[in-house]
Amino acid sequence: MMTEMITSLFLLLGSFLMLLAGIGIIRMPDLLTRMHATSKAGALGAGLLACGFAVYFPEVSVVVRALAVVVFVIMTAPVAAHVLARAGYFVGIRLWEGTVKDVIKERYDLKTHQLGSSARKRDD
Amino acid sequence: MFELALTLSFVFLSLGLVLATVRLLIGPTLPDRVVALEVIASLTIGFILVYSIAYDTPALIDVVIVLALTSFMAAVGFARYLERGGQRDDD
Repeated sequence: MMTEMITSLFLLLGSFLMLLAGIGIIRMPDLLTRMHATSKAGALGAGLLACGFAVYFPEVSVVVRALAVVVFVIMTAPVAAHVLARAGYFVGIRLWEGTVKDVIKERYDLKTHQLGSSARKRDD
Repeated sequence: MFELALTLSFVFLSLGLVLATVRLLIGPTLPDRVVALEVIASLTIGFILVYSIAYDTPALIDVVIVLALTSFMAAVGFARYLERGGQRDDD
């Protein structure tokens, strides 16, 4: 009884976060804000669902695998999001018109891939 | 009570899957579609976990591990493809 209550709490919380990721990907205005919504909510939702799975099946082999899933998701989701956002920025996606600050545009040389500490001089 | 929680989780995950599929279909650029695919993979991970609790089959956790691994590899591969100058405008 207690197990079922804790499991259903984990499941509802995790699947609701997944739903928030879905809403975020459809509602947000450009690529970077979409990734901001999906990568965090998606990773946390998958981790919570795996925690609920580990609570519901209390055998050692299953729990170890579920915890491995949690660790793997939490380690790889930021890496995947960073790689995709970097590729998307360099491909030249259009940023949302309400963007306040774009530090990469000011300080990063897109040709030599070097980051300066202050606003670099334009050579044009 | 427990059945209600399971049904509600299935409903939430299905709605998220529908929304991510809509973004996959209408996404204006290729990186948008790749992000939608990533979300669909993580939603599928959640779906398999909830299914294996609902139908009492803990062996499906292996499928979840493999799916998480392949979705990460797919994201890194797509990013390499985009940065190395693949096809950038898909419309």
